[in-house]
Amino acid sequence: MNPIFKILSNIGNQVTSRIWRLGSATRLFCLTLIYSSESFRRIHLTIREIYFTGVMSLIIIVVSAFFVGMVLGLQGYYTLQKYGSSESIGVLVALALLRELGPVVTALLFAGRAGTAITAEIGLMKATEQLSAMEMMAISPIARIISPRFWAGVISMPILASIFSMVGVMGGYLVAVPIIGVDHGAFWSQMNVNVDFRIDVINGLIKSFVFGVACTIIALYEGYDAPPTAEGVSRATTRTVVTSSLTVLGLDFILTSFMMSN
Amino acid sequence: MAQKNIVEIKNLSFGYGNFMLHKDISMVFPRGKVTAIMGGSGCGKTTILRLIGGQIKPKAGQVTVDGKIVHKQDRQGIYELRRKMGMLFQHGALFTDLSVFDNVAFPMREHTKLPESMIRDLVLMKLNAVGLRGAHKLMPTELSGGMARRVALARAIALDPDIIMYDEPFAGLDPISMAVICDLIRTLNDALGATSIIVTHDVEEAFSFADYIYFVADGSVAAEGTPKELSKSKLPFVHQFVHGEKDGPVPFHHNAPSYKKDIYEWV
Amino acid sequence: MDKTILDIWVGLFVAIGIAALMGLAMRVGNLTSNTLGETYTITANYENIGGLKPRAPVKSSGVVVGRIDKIQFDTQAYQAVVTLKIDKRYPFPKDTFANIYTSGLLGEQYISLEAGGDDHFLKEGDRVSKTQDAVVLEKLISQFLYSKASEESKK
Repeated sequence: MNPIFKILSNIGNQVTSRIWRLGSATRLFCLTLIYSSESFRRIHLTIREIYFTGVMSLIIIVVSAFFVGMVLGLQGYYTLQKYGSSESIGVLVALALLRELGPVVTALLFAGRAGTAITAEIGLMKATEQLSAMEMMAISPIARIISPRFWAGVISMPILASIFSMVGVMGGYLVAVPIIGVDHGAFWSQMNVNVDFRIDVINGLIKSFVFGVACTIIALYEGYDAPPTAEGVSRATTRTVVTSSLTVLGLDFILTSFMMSN
Repeated sequence: MAQKNIVEIKNLSFGYGNFMLHKDISMVFPRGKVTAIMGGSGCGKTTILRLIGGQIKPKAGQVTVDGKIVHKQDRQGIYELRRKMGMLFQHGALFTDLSVFDNVAFPMREHTKLPESMIRDLVLMKLNAVGLRGAHKLMPTELSGGMARRVALARAIALDPDIIMYDEPFAGLDPISMAVICDLIRTLNDALGATSIIVTHDVEEAFSFADYIYFVADGSVAAEGTPKELSKSKLPFVHQFVHGEKDGPVPFHHNAPSYKKDIYEWV
Repeated sequence: MDKTILDIWVGLFVAIGIAALMGLAMRVGNLTSNTLGETYTITANYENIGGLKPRAPVKSSGVVVGRIDKIQFDTQAYQAVVTLKIDKRYPFPKDTFANIYTSGLLGEQYISLEAGGDDHFLKEGDRVSKTQDAVVLEKLISQFLYSKASEESKK
């Protein structure tokens, strides 16, 4: 075959398969929502999954938030002191964390920590016929397995992002006040005046909620769709990280431009 | 209301895309009997079980379970039918995050509102039937292949199903476990008054306990009959299968152009 | 894992999350200073508001007493109409000055209220007549240059 045709057909194939996957992921998403009532009626299933996605991600979130906050403090100080406004360091740290780094870095870490675990677990359940077995017992795997994990992810993400931002601010404080010597009062008061609850804190929460939906549904879909082999599951896990990360960054841009325009 | 045949397959065809896996298959599974479906690997035996369970839809023909056409049921209807079925998967398909006890209790907890004390008694009863009451605290990863299969069997019969389906129950088992499973299939079937459908390629075992056997080859029923009839059968395919000959109507080689052509004209 | 231990962990997790959110709202954000309680609305007209934005603070003697609700443009008078929300606790006389100032050299702009001596107080919907526009840096510089130039020519 003509090499140009080969390339073209390759591109076409890629595009159609992507669109197909997007469609079936959306279908899974809708089914998950439809079956949500069942997972809420038996809330313990969701609580169990919050433990595995949320609580288990806590350590990595807290440690990275602390370091991100400290680095922000240091970097911010070196730049701000040139303009003689090193008191604004609190504002810089808080705004950077609340608006961007909190939701985005949390989502990226979540995809790596909890997302991969979800994909691998569901992929293996599929490979070992556990999902089929459930189907044959007249129990919908979407209601019993997918939906509780979905809501656990959606609930955990904003909580983790809030913790990330708070711990990050404390990290920034630790660098700015005791180490560099910025005034304690100025640090907090500047922050207090310039950070708006509605614009910054709530918008950050909305972002992390959207990221929670995206990351969790991607992880669930990749697992649910994985070929039932060892190779299939491992590739699905990799795809979860790549797709989630790119989706989070893309969504972040879209959400930010919406929020800024208002 | 109760039909003589609890499961009936009529003129069933199924396939993926242009490839037809089953062509015009008809089978009946009478109540209370153990029926085996035999055939080479990859001839779509397991698919027949999935068609009975309503996990996939036939291209033509129909499967009737307890007088109801499976693929014409809505979700609710299919789930209703599946409650009458228990299925033992090839590798057990135990839920790895639950203990043996919880695995067997799972269908009861999902489908009934029985008090926990009664569920406990029932689970222990089911586990006792497969001889694993002592293992109820273990996790599935701590079980051997044969034990896992027995736990899965206990789970399959948890709700006293009318139909028990076995997907390759002997695959990868040692002779002792095999004999145990073999014995269980027959005793459970008779004790529960259930109907068993067994998909397997183990000739010796199937012939030892089945009431009736279907041979599937090339997408259609190649032979059928009681074990006694079949072992005397002169049909070349059945002969090859029963005696395990490597070449015969089922060729050793996969469909291919001539060897010479492949060697010299490889592109 | 034991059900109760799991529940405790998840409960703790949610509690920490809510605590973090409260911390962000109170300590980091301005939720406390933001809630003005009951307010009354007054308007002020300006020729030039510079870089004044909605939600910017309204201060008196440096204390935040309210916030800017909205900024509109009056096509009749060709002036900016700024709506202020002032806390009910702080009544101001009718002849109060509403000036636009900048915090620091490059900081954000705010409206400063400087109380006059009138016996009557501003009521809901009143207009402040005494206003002073924002200082535009370019204007200031050009004025300075003009005056320098005229001084030079006088010599």
